[in-house]
Amino acid sequence: MAKITVTVNGTEQVMDIEPSLLLVELLREKLRLTGTHVGCDTSQCGACTVLIDGSAVKSCTVLAVQADGAEITTVEGLAKDGELHPIQRAFSAEHALQCGFCTPGLMITAIDLLERKGAPTDADIRHAIKGNLCRCTGYHNIVSAIRSAATEMRGATTPMKVGAEVKR
Amino acid sequence: MTTATPSTYIGARTPRKEDPRLIRGSGVFTDDVTLPGMVYVSLVRSPHAHARIRRIDAAAARKEPGVVTVVTGKDAEATGVLPVFITVPGMNGSKHMPLASDRARYAGDAIAAVVADTHKAAKRAADMVTIDYEPLPVVVDATKALEPGAPILHEELGTNLVFTYPVKGGDIDKAFRDAEATVKLHIVNQRLIPNAMEPRSVVAKFEAGELTVWSSTQIPHFVQLILSVNLGLSQNKVRVIAPEVGGGFGSKLQVYAEELLIAHLAKTLGRPVKWTEDRREAYLATIHGRDLVEDVEVAAKRDGTILGVRIRTVANVGAYLQAFAPGIPTILHAFIIPGAYRIPAFDCEVRGAYTNTTPVDAYRGAGRPEATFAIERAMDRLADEIGMDPAELRRKNFVPPDAFPFTTISGITYDSGDYGPALDRALAMADYKGFEKRRAEAKARGKHRGIGLSSYVEICGLAPSKANSALGVGWGGYESARIRVHPTGAVQVFTGTSPHGQGHETSWAQIAADAIGVSPDDIEVRHGDTFESPGMGVGTFGSRSLAVGGIAVHNAAQKIREKVIQIGAHLLEASPADVVVEGGKVFVKGVPEKAKAFGEISMAAYLASNLPDGMEPGLEATTYYDPPNFTFPFGTHVAEVEVDPETGTIEIIRYSACDDCGRQINPMIVEGQLHGGITQGIGQALYETAVYDANGQLLSGSMMEYHVPTAADVPPFALDHTVTLTKTNPLGVKGIGEAGTIASTPAVVNAVIDALSPLGIKHIDMPLTAEKVWQAIRKAGEARR
Amino acid sequence: MITHPFTYAAPTTIDEAVKALGRSRDAKVLAGGHSLIPLMKLGLAEPELLVDIGRIASLREIKSEDGAIVVGALATHRSIADSSTIGKALTALAEAAAAVGDLQVRSRGTIGGSLAHADPAADEPAPTLAFDATIRVIGPKGRRDIPAREFFKETFETALGPNEIVVEIRFPAPAGHAGSAYAKFPHPASGFAIVGVAALVAVKSDGTIDRAAIGVTGAAAGPFRATAAERALVGTRGDASAIGAAAAKAAEGVTMLADLTASSEFRKQLVMVHTRRALERALERARG
Repeated sequence: MAKITVTVNGTEQVMDIEPSLLLVELLREKLRLTGTHVGCDTSQCGACTVLIDGSAVKSCTVLAVQADGAEITTVEGLAKDGELHPIQRAFSAEHALQCGFCTPGLMITAIDLLERKGAPTDADIRHAIKGNLCRCTGYHNIVSAIRSAATEMRGATTPMKVGAEVKR
Repeated sequence: MTTATPSTYIGARTPRKEDPRLIRGSGVFTDDVTLPGMVYVSLVRSPHAHARIRRIDAAAARKEPGVVTVVTGKDAEATGVLPVFITVPGMNGSKHMPLASDRARYAGDAIAAVVADTHKAAKRAADMVTIDYEPLPVVVDATKALEPGAPILHEELGTNLVFTYPVKGGDIDKAFRDAEATVKLHIVNQRLIPNAMEPRSVVAKFEAGELTVWSSTQIPHFVQLILSVNLGLSQNKVRVIAPEVGGGFGSKLQVYAEELLIAHLAKTLGRPVKWTEDRREAYLATIHGRDLVEDVEVAAKRDGTILGVRIRTVANVGAYLQAFAPGIPTILHAFIIPGAYRIPAFDCEVRGAYTNTTPVDAYRGAGRPEATFAIERAMDRLADEIGMDPAELRRKNFVPPDAFPFTTISGITYDSGDYGPALDRALAMADYKGFEKRRAEAKARGKHRGIGLSSYVEICGLAPSKANSALGVGWGGYESARIRVHPTGAVQVFTGTSPHGQGHETSWAQIAADAIGVSPDDIEVRHGDTFESPGMGVGTFGSRSLAVGGIAVHNAAQKIREKVIQIGAHLLEASPADVVVEGGKVFVKGVPEKAKAFGEISMAAYLASNLPDGMEPGLEATTYYDPPNFTFPFGTHVAEVEVDPETGTIEIIRYSACDDCGRQINPMIVEGQLHGGITQGIGQALYETAVYDANGQLLSGSMMEYHVPTAADVPPFALDHTVTLTKTNPLGVKGIGEAGTIASTPAVVNAVIDALSPLGIKHIDMPLTAEKVWQAIRKAGEARR
Repeated sequence: MITHPFTYAAPTTIDEAVKALGRSRDAKVLAGGHSLIPLMKLGLAEPELLVDIGRIASLREIKSEDGAIVVGALATHRSIADSSTIGKALTALAEAAAAVGDLQVRSRGTIGGSLAHADPAADEPAPTLAFDATIRVIGPKGRRDIPAREFFKETFETALGPNEIVVEIRFPAPAGHAGSAYAKFPHPASGFAIVGVAALVAVKSDGTIDRAAIGVTGAAAGPFRATAAERALVGTRGDASAIGAAAAKAAEGVTMLADLTASSEFRKQLVMVHTRRALERALERARG
């Protein structure tokens, strides 16, 4: 067993865990944050994407022990004080989700992109979300949603940062 | 073309009611359900595609820490057999048990279930189960499976032939005798893996004599029915819940082995049980789609008039027949091949074959993409043969608008259609006329550019129950709805459909809102729980939900509306004919200031002290709608591609589509269905294929190998529509869930072949991968040397 | 899910890490984990001990030092792709890092992990070879520098000794008018390189090519230098026919892999085409 401290969606968690526990298992099974999904076993689908210290990563390919000391943001942590993040609003407004299974991972990847590139082209967006598979939407409206969230985030007067800054 | 009549909510781009929970991550999928005392199942699956099971030794597994029990086929016979809902004439059915006990028939066939306190312990112990197999000869190819001497999968049948299914009309011999031009094509409509993003999952608990099962399914009522019958439980004691379901595409249109098994284990162990497949398991043990080999021949005149179509098909059903498998290559394929065209003679024969592969059943489109691919590739080949423009050839053979209702040569009656305008619009969107200039410009850059189209007619709205019965479908094709208006005016709609991304909570609310005159915001749509919904729901598949389930909602809402009018008229002391229901109010025409609020009417219905004479109290309605006919959406899609001859890489430059699904309830949702459908069709055309080796091992067994399209693989889509209302139902709606998949595959392949036709290339088997395209170009170059 | 139990150590210095590795016969180094964790999930790697070097902060650095650009083993693909230092001097490396997997994998996967794992379809070995980088490793016997050409052996095999850890990769900054590029044909599903070619060229003031280095990954059992192509190019003016002739030799003498996506014949074609494309872009940059 290993003792770790992680901050998940702003709440510090101290836990004793098996080293073999994956971060996604910690989130889903120990913390019951089931908005982060598992869609494959080979790091392809991106349904498990979360932010670790501000970067989008596949939580199925990270040991929970590796996240010791990190700040983690999951889909449950996107809305602040009940107000949806612009990417959440845009996904709904643009009908960028159907079954909703891939949606949390896609929104998280999109946030990573938009935090670093305020005005991405459609090609940038499509390239950035290559690691998130969606079988329902054909991506058309997802691209529109990310584009529209980018516009909103650029115009935002308050910073829309999610999670912590990347530690350098 | 007709126009939809105006309505308040139908036709609006209403944001989805489903979204708030899904974008917050609070939607509950089956694997998110965790119950106290729950145990977990890991299945031991056969590594062999065909083997006799000599002995199963689970002693070591049973000793592993945390293991509760290990169950084999012999222990689990109480689950009964897996159901098959369709019987075609002369069918050789297979006995399919959730756990194979004597023989494994495909790599992935489940042999034993390990139950443990944790998922990890179950998985670890599953590796400790030792099975002594005697490998048997394997056959994976359907055509080879039908040859003499092929290994037989089901010895009691003595053959691998599942069925021979003919559909004929007109004089096919005369058609070919009179032909001035004929074309022949050999088509491999390759096997696909559905890849719904949510893996399948089942949770079951048995408490106080009541079985509750959460399952990632498209058909909770069928699961409930079969669990009740097979496990010997009274149906009222079996509750099946389809919570959030993460995509289905036909792959969750089953009563699966795991559903029976997990329910059985919960019942016998008395503890809640969970099983969730991993993706590798999904590739092996969740159904696959397509896998047909077709030989198509077309007889025509030199002016392009089609005289007849002959087609011989071999369908690979896999190792066992799954629930709807017998109906896919037959009913949903053979009958629809004539498509949008007037074809005077038709001769189709489909043979089904068992092979040592994962069972094949419905995958988005299910039979109709295969049919459309066959006819639309044949149209292009014919156009090439007689030197006619492919669009003109299609136009020439279209069923003309004045011919409806039109009975096709395969015997199906299209109630309505107007194919020319959709073709014209799609061609205009695609700038079809300006294409040759773009081809020349690409050539100057060293690229081959091509344009391709496909015109389709889809058969949706499955299905009139009598037609079902005549075709061998062992259940009605109706759908149910129940609307409950509470005393305060709160409205709940319960539907028998079981959405998994289609947005029924939104669309059904729009339909009900228009009928009962309240806002969709004030209507809650509930689904996927057999304890709430009407007695039977059929489910969501075959683009049927709107044209059948949506109409059931409409009809139930009309009943509510009638009663609201009656009560309103009574309270307002007016004639029902003069009463208007609008904006949450009921009033006499022209006197809106003296309105009764909807809530006052509903309260009156339950106070029951002041109702019209003889009226029952309450405000509730249940309907079952059985459609009088199928519906027939149609459209034309145009793809434009560029091929890099050096690497064989294909880029879709432009994609234009004009579809006609009748009235659109929520255009935003319609477009979303098309985008996703088109992408899956592109996947088949260019990227996806399930590959087995000769030993029956699935080589494309993970997302590392099987190419599910990514955002970078598909273009944006330009969509337009025409609106031709069907007369079959009161809303004029037809269905749109599968149209994109049906239309896009041939459009894209036709575009690639068009790009390469200057090189003399006539055909490349799907998927048109880089290497296949490069090899074809190279061979064409050698041939011309 | 990883069903196999293991012990875990997270040292904060390289020395501790080397010592920790010595504690088990079956220990593995964990960097970003994007090669190792997938293998462990599939049960293809079952180490007894994992030594996580992720806490050794100094290994993340990217810096210029003595005419070389030194990339720490823990530099992520993403930080390499985004580094302006690397983008300017080692364009092919930046492009290769940007071509790895997807955004999430690049956020977490590291160059050191990728090189040590030696997947024959990994991207970064190609520029590592083309730039004649040196892989600095530290082990029980101390520090040694392994030239890239000696580092890569067969599939999943390197010159790393027992309990040696890759600590940094030293890329000599190309001198003179040099340019580089990476051209890739990815596996359509996994994103790994079916073929990846990193080309580095330097031109003299008269426009002739005085140096060419071509590293190829994905095509064979291990990454290789396309030496025949390099030789064919040096001394030419790098016109279309010279590049074409050189590219045609890029797969010379190398046994190409074959799999479901690409036969050996097709891989050879892709090596030639991508060599040409990488050379064209590299030359443009060298002349730019």
